Amino acid sequence: MIADSLRFIFQNDNAWVDALVRMGIIAALIPLAVIVLTYLERKVIGRFQMRLGPMRVGPYGTLQGVADTVKLLTKEDLRPQTADRWTFELAPFVVVVPVFLAFVTLPFTADLFVRNLELGLFFILAVSGVSIVGFLMAGWGSDNKYALLGGVRAAAQLISYAIPFVLSVLAVAMVGQSLNLVELVDGQDKVPYIAWQPLAFFIFVIAGLAELYRQPFDIPVAESEVVGGPFVEYSGIRWSLFQMAEYLNLVLISVLGSLIFLGGWNWPGGNEVGPALQVFLIVVKASGFILFFMWMRVSMPRLRIDQLMAFCWQVLLPLAFLQIIINGLVLVYGWPDWTLGVLSGIAALAAVYITYRGAHRAGVPSPRLRRARGAV
Amino acid sequence: MTLDYELPSERELDTVDINVNVGPQHPATHGVFRMVLTIDGEEVVDVDPVIGYMHRGAEKLSENCDYRQCIGYQDRSEYLAQFNAEHCFVMAVEKLAGLEVPERAEYIRIILAELNRIASHLMFVGAFGTDIGVFGTSFMYAFRDRETIQDFFEEITGERMMYAYFRPGGLAWDVPDDFEERCQQVLQAVNGGIKDLEDLLLDNEVVLARCRGISPIKPEEAINWGLTGPMLRATGLKHDLRRAEPYSIYDRFQFDIPTGIQGDIYDRLTVRIAEMRESVRIVEQALDQLPAGPIMAEGMKRILRVPPGEVYMRAENPRGEYGVYIVSKGADKPYRLKIRSSCFSNLSALRNMAVGYYVADAIIILGSLDIVLCEVDR
Repeated sequence: MIADSLRFIFQNDNAWVDALVRMGIIAALIPLAVIVLTYLERKVIGRFQMRLGPMRVGPYGTLQGVADTVKLLTKEDLRPQTADRWTFELAPFVVVVPVFLAFVTLPFTADLFVRNLELGLFFILAVSGVSIVGFLMAGWGSDNKYALLGGVRAAAQLISYAIPFVLSVLAVAMVGQSLNLVELVDGQDKVPYIAWQPLAFFIFVIAGLAELYRQPFDIPVAESEVVGGPFVEYSGIRWSLFQMAEYLNLVLISVLGSLIFLGGWNWPGGNEVGPALQVFLIVVKASGFILFFMWMRVSMPRLRIDQLMAFCWQVLLPLAFLQIIINGLVLVYGWPDWTLGVLSGIAALAAVYITYRGAHRAGVPSPRLRRARGAV
Repeated sequence: MTLDYELPSERELDTVDINVNVGPQHPATHGVFRMVLTIDGEEVVDVDPVIGYMHRGAEKLSENCDYRQCIGYQDRSEYLAQFNAEHCFVMAVEKLAGLEVPERAEYIRIILAELNRIASHLMFVGAFGTDIGVFGTSFMYAFRDRETIQDFFEEITGERMMYAYFRPGGLAWDVPDDFEERCQQVLQAVNGGIKDLEDLLLDNEVVLARCRGISPIKPEEAINWGLTGPMLRATGLKHDLRRAEPYSIYDRFQFDIPTGIQGDIYDRLTVRIAEMRESVRIVEQALDQLPAGPIMAEGMKRILRVPPGEVYMRAENPRGEYGVYIVSKGADKPYRLKIRSSCFSNLSALRNMAVGYYVADAIIILGSLDIVLCEVDR
């Protein structure tokens, strides 16, 4: 009886039932991942700061996420009287729904996905860009100056960094000759694309960090400047939706990075592995990204908005174009694969040097207003 | 093809500057300080500092307290460098009353005041890291070592914040027997802690990009604005009251005066970190020379009556020049007590320093002043 129903659920030819089951699995795993990640982040940051992190709720604080969820669900859903009602109340959904949509085509193993779209990579990038509207709505609708400032900052930052982010992903798609994520991963059965595309990887990680608005790019939500930015007026469940979107984005970018750069569920070298090991591999690789992002969060101060924009448009964007030109040359003239890695590697070293020198340069140009007043 | 209309320039578009209220309840104001920013986009057009939220009338209240009770108000106004404030006050009273302080008391005072300077600067570095956006890491690093110092103070005075341990003529009571041993332990912990903070902040590319060249001050500007302490030394001027007019027994110790180059935020940070190292040096020397003996001046009566007259005593506190002005009419209470607050003078230059920079800069410029609002408002 149970075996029959299990077989009906997991092994059937009906496309609708199949899709529903897959969606059910993903939809159940995602909130779980958020709870685990909040716990993990608090623990990891605690260790970095010589604290224990949560220890009270459950053994080693493992039930802290559950306690937080219950607290957030039962809190009052406050709305400022002067807020623009529909903009304010819809903003969290505009932020969180696109992230959920992106998970539709994100494969976790060779077989664990809702739908393997031919334009999967394009779909993910296109859909996750919609979130920016939600930040603007939250910033505008809250009728709060901190929120407004944060919302405008978020829009400027996320739109700017989306460009190098998309270009770095596009470079990989050029090498893999596909926009289908499963095919991209299958193309890395021998060598992961990070070996051919170190520069694109460099851009992907930095632009990804900015897309996640984490330190050193947490300018939209800067605690010491705009006190949480667009989220300042939100409470309870709506605030936790924003939080959920943040952690889902963390998962999305980490998994995407491990799929297109680190070879996804392939064992390095190209041995066939079973589904359980595939899940293990993808979790390990994505955790690498997640821990890196957490490490950055505790050790990096925040950039200023003009430095952030200048870094995007003057450093990352030209480098992303450089990577695409390199790929184009190698593909058009049919040079061997290793030239791709060497050229991109040299460019990546140059990029690191440019970033390093830019930061160590003595003095900074003063803002327009101060120059105009003759103060400098 | 040509455009048959002119694109509107930025100036023709109708834009308004907006006022943003930073404080009195804001994570970046270090107390109850209100800063009304007028901003044009991200640029600061005007800064209007509003103080007074912490005013308790410490100076007026002191007129109704005898000299021993006044010490409590010194603790409460300068609540991050209590020993330094107490030191300045008791020195003023001693100068007016002509009291001779025993050697041992002087040495213990110096040790505690310098340790308190370290604790205060640690607090600055930790809080500054938070202002500039480190997610609490610098704060936790700094507080680990500040905690060892505070535990040490608690063992000596019985209090964690309001020590009231220095008295006119000496100290309230003698230090515990394991004072020197514990002090060495604290110094060792602090040395490690300073290195951790240096590694975390000073070479970080983002800190360099954010702090260097922001709000530079020339020495003459600093003098005109009345800046003192690390703010003044960051401009490159070698002025330290411990060296310029040595009070207490500071002339017996070897120490350098760290200075900056151009008075920008990075210099203010490095000067304070270097000062911590110098304070460690002073404490080490003082520990070596610490004599035995009495801790209270001889012939002290139960109630201290100070002869008529007036006195101004100033001392180099972690935040700058802290001054105490006392007028006595011969009673056991001061007729008038005035505190020269270093933070108040430093804060008054905020507008000149912050206008024209970005909002994020204004926040760290305020942070780099290292204000204690209780001292500003008294």
